[in-house]
Amino acid sequence: MNKKIYLDHAATTPTKPEVVEVMLPYFTEKFGNPSSIYEFSGQNKEAIEEARESVAKAIGANEREIFFTSGGTESDNWAILGIAESYKAKGNHIITTAIEHHAVLHTCEYLEKNGYEVTYLEVDKDGLVNPNDLKEAIKDSTILITIMLANNEVGTIQPIEELGAIAKAAGVLFHTDAVQGVGHIPIDVNAMHIDLLSISGHKLYGPKGIGALYVRKGIKLRSFIHGGGQEKKRRGGTENVPAIVGFGKAIELAIRSMEAESKRQAELRDYLIEQVLERIPHCRLNGHREYRLPNNANFSFEFIEGESLLIMLDMKDICASSGSACTSGSLDPSHVLLGIGLPHEIAHGSLRISLGEQNTKEEMDYLIESLIVIVARLREMSPLYEDYLKKQVKIER
Amino acid sequence: MYTKKVMDHFQNPRNMGEIEDPSGVGTVGNAKCGDIMRIYLDIKDDVIQDVKFKTFGCGAAVATSSMATELVKGKTVIEAMEVTNKAVMEALDGLPRAKVHCSLLAEEALQAALWDYAKKNGIVIEGLEEPKPFEDHEEEEEEEEEEF
Ligand SMILES: Cc1ncc(COP(=O)(O)O)c(C=O)c1O
Repeated sequence: MNKKIYLDHAATTPTKPEVVEVMLPYFTEKFGNPSSIYEFSGQNKEAIEEARESVAKAIGANEREIFFTSGGTESDNWAILGIAESYKAKGNHIITTAIEHHAVLHTCEYLEKNGYEVTYLEVDKDGLVNPNDLKEAIKDSTILITIMLANNEVGTIQPIEELGAIAKAAGVLFHTDAVQGVGHIPIDVNAMHIDLLSISGHKLYGPKGIGALYVRKGIKLRSFIHGGGQEKKRRGGTENVPAIVGFGKAIELAIRSMEAESKRQAELRDYLIEQVLERIPHCRLNGHREYRLPNNANFSFEFIEGESLLIMLDMKDICASSGSACTSGSLDPSHVLLGIGLPHEIAHGSLRISLGEQNTKEEMDYLIESLIVIVARLREMSPLYEDYLKKQVKIER
Repeated sequence: MYTKKVMDHFQNPRNMGEIEDPSGVGTVGNAKCGDIMRIYLDIKDDVIQDVKFKTFGCGAAVATSSMATELVKGKTVIEAMEVTNKAVMEALDGLPRAKVHCSLLAEEALQAALWDYAKKNGIVIEGLEEPKPFEDHEEEEEEEEEEF
């Protein structure tokens, strides 16, 4: 195989050519500021509203409940900081989980330093939140529950409908970071009792730097970016028209192909998981076997370290990612892997494969064969493996 | 991110392996932080005849251990003491800042192996300090291993 095999779609996706195509005119001939009066700018306003409709439709919302942002991070920040401030007369307690994306976790930590109280729910070994834990954590002062729909590292999908129902029954607002879920699994904000939901364009074959926050009608949410009257005065700044148009197109395409694509990718995923677990010893699957994103597989290989594994895969033109400390620039491996109870040394040896529309079974076979060779090679170099083998010999004697 | 030399030593590590009945062996680092290095020395007449390493860790950890073994091979014990983390880093044309600790670990592994050699032979190597004891969290690990 001599082309690059991209298996890191949870990090980002390529922008589809059809998406780029609809964006291009908005850089050049249709460059007008949507707020201007003249006719050619007015068309841009319409283009934005069309995109808003596509986003709303994708999650079963009304277009008036969709606000464009600069991406998943801003949506998460806005939802959490905004609710914290708007509802502070009611209370100062927020509930989240230990395995959220940093866009949520660091925002919650910031609030903790500013007089708020945050409960971080633990998850089980598969990454699932226990609905009873949520029930027990709710207090009179709880103003927001924020729990991600699907985890970006281990792929576990939470029982969002059940969690949302608990929030609703308790009269607490419910936000979900659905960045990894939209376009991959069906979402309905009403059926799932979701009050606020974050989406990002570049995870669904749209451009980077664009996203949306869904805010249920009637919810007070102060503006986050102060400025002009854009986005119904809730998010100032001249709209990024090309990105909004591209995002709208991308989400429309993603929803259209979702059923067939997620089925196809889940089959590739299952094949990969089955082969890897069967053919590579001392290896485990991280995340829930069943409740997981159709495009995610996350493994831990004992006795080896993730960054070395990634470099060796890169030498074989395979792009993937890891939760090892070395790839995060800190000394600790990913909080998600620690959150599902992995010991540090096993978390360091993790590998995340996230599939996309272009991936094929042939590529899975190439990946599997490459992994077998690379893992064996790294183990040959590993003092931990050496010690393990010596211990085995001792036991046999 | 890495220099050509680092990539070369990662892809083609020199002196990777074990030495049976080594004159000295040293293991440093811990699995918790994601780096463990082990260096084996075969020393005769005060000269390092052979050296091997094994490393659990990132690309820089592998490359620094590989380079450290290259630098000490054929050297006397005293000369080997001069192979510091700086020397290893320079020989690799530098490391990203976040990876400097890997070169320190290589120096420590080397010195731990020299310490082991000195102890076994009842000699004192000037400037050499006792390495921190190596622990690989065996007790804690035992249970977790069941899951695999
Ligand atoms: C779960 C989750 N939330 C939020 C984000 C941030 O999204 P963005 O890159 O659009 O800011 C990401 C992507 O990195 C993510 O995976």
